[in-house]
Amino acid sequence: MSFLDVVNQFETFDFDAYLGDVTLSDVQQSLNRDRLGPYDLLNLLSGTAQDMLEEMALKSQQITHQYFGRTIGLYAPLYISDYCTNHCTYCGFNCTSNAKRLKLSLEQIESEAQVISDMGIRHILVLTGEAPQITPMEYLEDTIMLLKKYFSSIGIEMFPMDEDAYRRLKVAGVDSLTVYQEVYDKNIYKEVHPEGKKADYAYRLLTPERGAKAGFRAVNIAPLFGLGKPVSESFLAALHAKYLEKEFPDVEISLSLPRMTKADGGISPRHLLPDRQFVQFILAWRLFMPRLGITISTRESADFRDKLLPLGVTRYSAGSKTDVGGYALKDDEATAQFEVTDTRSVEEVSQMIRDKGFQPVFKDWEIF
Amino acid sequence: MPDKQTDTLILGDVEFSSRLFTGTGKFSSRSLIPQMLEASGSQMITVALRRVDPSDRQDNILNYIPDTVTLLPNTSGARTAQEAVRIARIAREAGCGRFIKIEVITDMQYLLPDNHETLLATEILAKEGFVVLPYMMPDITVTKQLYDAGAAAVMPLGAPIGTNRGLEMKPMIEMIIQVSKIPVVVDAGIGRPSQAAEAMEMGADAVLVNTAIATSQDPILSGKAFGYAVKAGRMAYLSRMAEEKLKASASSPLTGFLRD
Repeated sequence: MSFLDVVNQFETFDFDAYLGDVTLSDVQQSLNRDRLGPYDLLNLLSGTAQDMLEEMALKSQQITHQYFGRTIGLYAPLYISDYCTNHCTYCGFNCTSNAKRLKLSLEQIESEAQVISDMGIRHILVLTGEAPQITPMEYLEDTIMLLKKYFSSIGIEMFPMDEDAYRRLKVAGVDSLTVYQEVYDKNIYKEVHPEGKKADYAYRLLTPERGAKAGFRAVNIAPLFGLGKPVSESFLAALHAKYLEKEFPDVEISLSLPRMTKADGGISPRHLLPDRQFVQFILAWRLFMPRLGITISTRESADFRDKLLPLGVTRYSAGSKTDVGGYALKDDEATAQFEVTDTRSVEEVSQMIRDKGFQPVFKDWEIF
Repeated sequence: MPDKQTDTLILGDVEFSSRLFTGTGKFSSRSLIPQMLEASGSQMITVALRRVDPSDRQDNILNYIPDTVTLLPNTSGARTAQEAVRIARIAREAGCGRFIKIEVITDMQYLLPDNHETLLATEILAKEGFVVLPYMMPDITVTKQLYDAGAAAVMPLGAPIGTNRGLEMKPMIEMIIQVSKIPVVVDAGIGRPSQAAEAMEMGADAVLVNTAIATSQDPILSGKAFGYAVKAGRMAYLSRMAEEKLKASASSPLTGFLRD
């Protein structure tokens, strides 16, 4: 059994009907449980639960303090290439777009790494589009081996690969994998990924499993909010995380909440995720999975990120540049895949974290 | 029978008058660590080697630990014996001393130790001269095997890490205390000073407390409370031992006359 079977089980489930019937006492009962099942999770994700956010927040905070302490892990992304052969209709970098493309040379990657490492960052997330002709495995391996000199943990957010490719990258020095399903709803998935490799829903869905089998110690998944209906997407993403936690007990699982805010050359988001629901999802996920990592990127504003801090999140990116060469090469014409709205420096974000009574953690891993 | 006056714990030639071991994780600020150590009296503190960043001069966690406190580097993050061994060797090379707490965890949901891999790592590291303190699932057979493998102590868990649920494994830990030829340090799950006292009263040689102190609203006061609790529990244990000794040495005070 794979997670595809779980998705299939819920294909005919009438989310709207279920959610419409959730009462406050259902929410209260789910909130009181120590171990939450899928229906508890749904109750907490329901519109009804929005009236109990404060209660949910209190418990989420308490559980998070207990399991993670008052700490927030920090990392930064490093975009090495934005060439892409995919057709994602919602992305400004899809293969039909005329956006200017850039692929960093190893020397350029080293300059970027130096700047990021000087900011104090020890955990790096390496990103690239899907264009194996331009960024072949050897290039990726060389990149990772180079970055090992500068960072103690290396994550990748690239494109779905097979297990052997992941094993090679693990040998090169990668320890964690980030891969977003984008949308769990199969019909919408098909619509927004009309052709090319990414059109294969199942292959993408099973990518975290292949990464876990290849031996990565951490796997980070997410839906891209804006494509599918928020509650069912949030629900399936959490079930996905739970499935991975159970199947691969030695892997740390985390979830992110990337959300579309505007059309960046592609389609407009059909289902905007409001702040209130964004917070509700964090709380519900935390109550459902006490040890789940929850990552918040600089897509979110400084003010919002400050307020999310005590609610159950565990990891922030900081000082991020989301354009290729954004740290050292300063290409004014480069367009970013998504806008950074929290533009503070690593030091400023760390200071905010300290001011809120938390410890910013720069190093939490090392490949020994 | 421990001497009540000089009741110290000796591990790897180091003498500890405090039987409270502490940890460095989960604090809201690292600057709390030295204050907590002072308030609690703890003389041994564990630190995850994966969190140590020697290149960080400002905020290197080791800078927060006074020289008078023994460093107990741990192998947190290791999934196999091999990884634990590698981490231990790096810790020694990095100047973290001879002590090593072996933590091999392959279950991220409950953070329970893998006894089999832990035993393998203990065997290797003890031969290399480390003072090995293995974090373990309470198991009598494994306790004996760890002793044979050269462990300096065993560290059975009271409850899963970070749960604050106390001595859920109490019956098993009691048995281990009875049979173990090396000190027993109850590690993980202790959420309240009263639970620490209970473990000591049972005869544990020491306890390791991290989450309950680090995530408390006032880690310094909490550390102090745990310091007292461990002492109180130890005194209770010693006084009971004394009573038992008295009974034994009086050689049948009630029925001895029958020999006459």
